[in-house]
Amino acid sequence: MNAFQRMNTALMVDEDRQIFKVSRQAFVDPDILEAERTRIFDKCWLYLGHASELAKPGDFVTRQVGGRSILFARDAKGTLRAMFNTCPHRGAQVCREKHGNAKSFQCFYHGWVFGLDGALRSQPGDASYAPDFKERSTSSMQQVSRFETYRDFCFVCFDKNAESLDSYLGAVKEYLDVIADQAEMGMTIVGGTQEYSMRANWKLLTENSIDGYHALTTHATYFDYLKATNGGLAPVPLDGAARDLGNGHAVLEYKAPWGRPVAQWVPMWGDGGKREIDRLYEGLVTRYGEERAKRIALYNRNLFVFPNLVVNDIMAVTIRTYYPQAPDFMTVSAWALAPKEETDWARKYRLFNFLEFLGPGGFATPDDVEALEQCQRGFRNATEAQWNDISKGMGKAVPAYDDELQMRAFWSNWNKHVFAAQV
Amino acid sequence: MQNISRADVEDFLFAEAELLDEWRLPEWLELFTDDAIYYVPSTDVPADSSPDKNLFYVADDRFRLSERVKRLMKRTAHAEFPHSRTRHLVSNVRIRGRNDDEMEVAAAFITYRTKDGVTDTYFGSNRYRLVAENGRLRIKEKRCLLDSEGLRTQGRVSIIL
Repeated sequence: MNAFQRMNTALMVDEDRQIFKVSRQAFVDPDILEAERTRIFDKCWLYLGHASELAKPGDFVTRQVGGRSILFARDAKGTLRAMFNTCPHRGAQVCREKHGNAKSFQCFYHGWVFGLDGALRSQPGDASYAPDFKERSTSSMQQVSRFETYRDFCFVCFDKNAESLDSYLGAVKEYLDVIADQAEMGMTIVGGTQEYSMRANWKLLTENSIDGYHALTTHATYFDYLKATNGGLAPVPLDGAARDLGNGHAVLEYKAPWGRPVAQWVPMWGDGGKREIDRLYEGLVTRYGEERAKRIALYNRNLFVFPNLVVNDIMAVTIRTYYPQAPDFMTVSAWALAPKEETDWARKYRLFNFLEFLGPGGFATPDDVEALEQCQRGFRNATEAQWNDISKGMGKAVPAYDDELQMRAFWSNWNKHVFAAQV
Repeated sequence: MQNISRADVEDFLFAEAELLDEWRLPEWLELFTDDAIYYVPSTDVPADSSPDKNLFYVADDRFRLSERVKRLMKRTAHAEFPHSRTRHLVSNVRIRGRNDDEMEVAAAFITYRTKDGVTDTYFGSNRYRLVAENGRLRIKEKRCLLDSEGLRTQGRVSIIL
């Protein structure tokens, strides 16, 4: 029996005394990572991509999702397909490009050809096969058993018996609505993917993505930069709330001094920018009324969908997902999301804004990477210095955006999944 | 720009690399014109893509580039405190085109960054647009095209490439 099998929880919780601690073994133990693979990534709904990435029939992308190699394609009829990217014949990956447009997919190993829907069309030497070979479902590329979408966010799940995506997302849907409703014609992924990695446990990025507490210290230089920009910031202090959305999901919703392309103006955008932002805001008021327009335009959201999807609607909108490759190493993929109908001006400033904070070349993310890698280094002491503390705000009726309620929501659900079989 | 040789360009690029490796970033910034741009595109878009339409890793105008330098010289730029050690190697320098005002230069690079016992390698091609100001070469555009698939395992571009 290994150390993990002797554990029945990774948490130390005492609500009355406002204690909430997480065992640092959760970040370093390979047996815990193995349990995460089977009890979380094989069970939960995982983000695959955004429907806008496959605009036309034949468009495809290949992705690594939950340890699987997935081919995500729009077939000739326009239907989205999520398939295991492996030849039913002898297993080779069928599609070896990251993205593109195709009429069919051919496995180069023995030349089997599949339709955009994964159905076997032809194979060399077909006279040597049984007469009904092509009609057998086992001769075609295997579809991922559970593939569902919400507002163009596409998810897969490798557990045939999982609840529906709709039920899994629950209270998250309302926040995805608020984000999707920024656009009149729908949202789209902008060209260009940020793909990077961190020498840190994947759960550190979950925590970091919904951590309002670290902003002013970790990102001091970002706020210095904002102050230096022409005309400075919007007169809006950081302020807001954290919510536990159930199922391990959580959100921060708050006001902040940076510009939002939909739609909070800052002086550096000038008078032309002011007219554009006012026009966008009026459009929101017309479509949704004053109250919802205000929420869409002036509030930021760091939305976390268990176990590894972050949709941050801040100075730009980013979708980010990440996977463990080892207890101390994760890979990260991030995209920019924007309204399809956005003007060239707004798109330009959205992307300019995005890069000043977000991504591995921004003024903030490199310092997050540093913080997470330093945590992982600190965990070398996990045998003796055993616990992380995430108790901030436990005594409050409504925890603030810079408290740690949202992390407790994540960890409680994580703990439930990982230890369900051992309690 | 007609009388500038490849050796002149190489001297200029080697001096640039030295300023970066010695963390003399304010001096390095002086190599750029007042309207300069510095780009590191994401690695799944065409080399000549615009940052107005595509998500990059870095797309600085001259103002933001100067802020990047200011940031990197602070103790609070945590990713680079203490400063990492780097070595920028520049090779395969070619003048790809020139007219009276401007020249286009390509140079392959390998940059090593080491910190806390970990060494990462960045490699690719730097595309420059150079101009002459008061008899000295200046950078009007530096576009850093990474050959790697994304930033795995480098994880970040916290140095100047």
